[in-house]
Amino acid sequence: MTAQPLDRSLSAAARAGASPMIRRLGVWGATAAVMVALPLIFTSGFAHSMLSQMGIAVIFALSYNMLLGQGGMLSFGHAVFYGLGGFLAMHVLGEISPDGFAMPIEFLPLVGGLAGMGFAAIFGYVSTKRSGTTFAMISLGIGELVAASALMFPSFFGGESGIWGDRVTETSFLGLIYGRQIEVYYLIAAWAFIAMIAMFLLTKTPLGRMANAVRDNPERAQFVGYDPRIVRFVQFTLAGFFAGVAGGLFAINYEIVSAENVGATPSGAVLLMTYIGGVGHFFGPILGAILVTFLQLTLSNFTEAWLLYFGLIFMTMVLFAPGGLAGLLMMHEPLWRARRLHRIAGPYAQALATGLVLLVGAIILIEINYFLSTSYEPEMHLFGFVIDPSSPWPWALAAALIVIGFVTFRGACRAVMRRWDEVLGDIKAGGRS
Amino acid sequence: MLELVVFSLLNGLLYGMLLFMLASGLTLIFSMMGVLNFAHASFFMLGAYFAYQISTVVGFWPALILSPLAVGVVGAMIERYGLRRVHRYGHVAELLFTFGLAYLIEELVHLVWGRMPVDYRVPASLDFTLFTLFNTDYPAYRAFMLLVAVAMFIGLFLGLTRTRIGLIIQAALTHPDMVGALGHNVPRVFMMVFGGGAALAGLAGVIGGNFLITEPGMAWQLGTIVFVVVVVGGMGSLTGAFIASLLIGVVQTFSVALDVSLADALGAIGIQLGPGSFMWELWSITISQTAPILPYLLLVLMLIFRPKGLMGTRES
Repeated sequence: MTAQPLDRSLSAAARAGASPMIRRLGVWGATAAVMVALPLIFTSGFAHSMLSQMGIAVIFALSYNMLLGQGGMLSFGHAVFYGLGGFLAMHVLGEISPDGFAMPIEFLPLVGGLAGMGFAAIFGYVSTKRSGTTFAMISLGIGELVAASALMFPSFFGGESGIWGDRVTETSFLGLIYGRQIEVYYLIAAWAFIAMIAMFLLTKTPLGRMANAVRDNPERAQFVGYDPRIVRFVQFTLAGFFAGVAGGLFAINYEIVSAENVGATPSGAVLLMTYIGGVGHFFGPILGAILVTFLQLTLSNFTEAWLLYFGLIFMTMVLFAPGGLAGLLMMHEPLWRARRLHRIAGPYAQALATGLVLLVGAIILIEINYFLSTSYEPEMHLFGFVIDPSSPWPWALAAALIVIGFVTFRGACRAVMRRWDEVLGDIKAGGRS
Repeated sequence: MLELVVFSLLNGLLYGMLLFMLASGLTLIFSMMGVLNFAHASFFMLGAYFAYQISTVVGFWPALILSPLAVGVVGAMIERYGLRRVHRYGHVAELLFTFGLAYLIEELVHLVWGRMPVDYRVPASLDFTLFTLFNTDYPAYRAFMLLVAVAMFIGLFLGLTRTRIGLIIQAALTHPDMVGALGHNVPRVFMMVFGGGAALAGLAGVIGGNFLITEPGMAWQLGTIVFVVVVVGGMGSLTGAFIASLLIGVVQTFSVALDVSLADALGAIGIQLGPGSFMWELWSITISQTAPILPYLLLVLMLIFRPKGLMGTRES
C-alpha cells in the first residue's frame, strides 16, 4: 500500500513540536494529495468501496486511540458510540427531504458525532470514575448491555435486520448526488482528513497532554491540580464524538445500520486495528486501520482461515512488538538518521527468508485443517497446487517446513539482535558518519 | 406455580454450580496475578471438545478424568510461555494477551472441529429419568452434574484450607512478595494455579458440554457471564464467587420463566396501558426478555456502587 512513505513523514510531524511549521504543513498537504489521488489510481468499484471503508476505519481507530493510547483507558465497548452514532444518523437521514427538513447530507456525520458524544457523556460519567481493569470491565459490561438491549427495542434499532435509508436526498450543498461510490469516498475522505487534523491538534492541547499525564501517573497529575476523572471524562466524551462521526459515515456508506454495529465484533476489531498499528504514535492507528481493512477485504477472498491469521498477527504483536507497527518503524529512526540502515539489511533478509519458510509451513497446515473441517469443495487448491489432504505428504512437508523454519528463524532473530547492538554501539561511539 | 418454583430453583442451582466451577479458577487467578483472564471460558470450551474427542475413542468416564488434565496442561503451558512473557509489559498487555488468546482458541476450534456443533452426548449409562415431580421429569444427568460440582467444591475447599500448597496459595493471594521471600517459588505457584483453574474450567466443560451444546460460540456466551460472577462476588473471594454464581444462576433461570411485563404490573394496580400508550415498547418488555441483560446490568451497577464486590476486600 501507499501507506509506507506517508506514515514516515507523518511520524515526523507527530514527534514533538520541533519540526518547522512548513514541514508539518507539507506532511498534511501530502496526505491530502494521496487521499485525493488514490481513487483515481485504483479505479475499480472494489477499490473505491475498500478506500471508503478504510477512511471510516481510520477515524474509528484514531478515536479509539484517544482512549487506549493517549488516555490509557482500555475499552472493550467503543463500538457503542460508533453504532449509536450510526443509528441516530440513519434516523435523521430518513427525515431529510428537499422540501421539508433540508439538511445537507454532508453534515450527517456531525449528527452521528453529536449522538456519540451524548452517549459517551452518559456512559463516560459512570465509567471514567475508575481506571485500569475496572474501567475495562465497565466498558465490557456497557457494551454487552447496549448490544443486548438493541434487540429489545425494535422500533429504534430495527430488530435483527436493522434499519436502512437512502443517501440520495438531493440536499447536498456541494451539488453532488452521492449515487456513485467515488462521490461517497470523497465525502468520507474529507471527513477523515478533518477528523485526523482535529484529533492530532487535540494531542497538542493541554487536555491532550494531561490525558498522557493521567495515563502515566494519575497521582502526580492530581498534584499538578487536575482531577484525573475530569480529564478522563472529557477525553472519553471527545473520543465518543469521533467514533460517532465514523458511525455516521458508516450509515451513509452502507445505507444500513444493524444491532451488530454496536456489538462485540466491531469493538474487538477496533482494538485489533489500533493495537496492530501501534498505540504509541499518532499515525499508528491510521496504519493499523488501513492494513487491517485491506487484509479483511482481501484475505477473506482467499481463505476461510483469515480470522485465525488475524488472531495470530495480533498475538505476535502483543508478545513481541507491544509498540505495534508504528513502534517497529520508529525503532529504526536512529539508524535512519545515522545512515546505518543498510547494515541491518543483511540479517533482515535472512530473517525474512527463514520466516517465510516457517509461514508457508504454518499456512499449509492451517489450510489443510480448515479444508478438512469446514470446506465442502471436492478438492483443495493452495499456492496453485492441488493438494490431497488424505495423503501424509502435505502434512510431512508442512511439519518439516515448520521445524526447519522455526529453528533457522530463531537463529536469524538472534543475528538481527546482535547486529542491532553492534550498530547502536557504533552510533554511540562514533557519532554520525 | 409450585412446580415452576421448584424446577427453576433446581435448574438455577445447577446453572449456578456450573458457573462456580469456572468462576472459582478465574477468581483465584485474578486475585493472585491481577489478570482478568478473558480466555478462561475458552478452557471450558476446550474441556468440552477434548471430552467429545476422547469419548469417541474410549468413552465418557475416562474422558471425565483425561480431558480436564489435558486442559490443565494447556493452561499451565500458556502461563509459562505466554503470560509470563507479557507480564513485564503491564496489566493492559496481559489483558490484551488473554483477549487475543480467547479469539485464537475459538478460531483453532473452528480449525479442528468445524463451525457446526459437534455431537457430544450424555452417556447412555446416565441417560434416564431420576424422578418425576408434578408431571415433570428430572434427568439423572443433572443430578450427576450437581454431584460433580459439589464434590469439586468440597475438594477445592479442603485443598485450599487443609493442605500445605493450599496455604501457600492463600498466602500468595495477598502477599506474593512475602511468600517469595520465604523461599517459595511464586512463579511456579502461579503456573500451578493457572493450570489448576484451567483444569476446573475444563471439568465444567466436560460435564456442561453435553448438557448445553458443544459449539464454537459457547466460550464467549458463558465467558462474559463468568466475568460478571467474579466481579460481583468480589476479587479473590471464593465465598463471594460461590454466592454470586448461585445468585446469577437462580436469577437468570427465574427471569427466563417469568412472562410478566411492566404493563402487566401497572395493570394490576389499576393503570391500564395499551399498544397506543406513550413508550409502549418499554412497558411491554417482559422479564424473560430482559434475562440476557440482567447480569450486565448487575455488573455495571456493582462496579459503580461497590467496586469491591459482595465479599471482596480490595478493588483490584
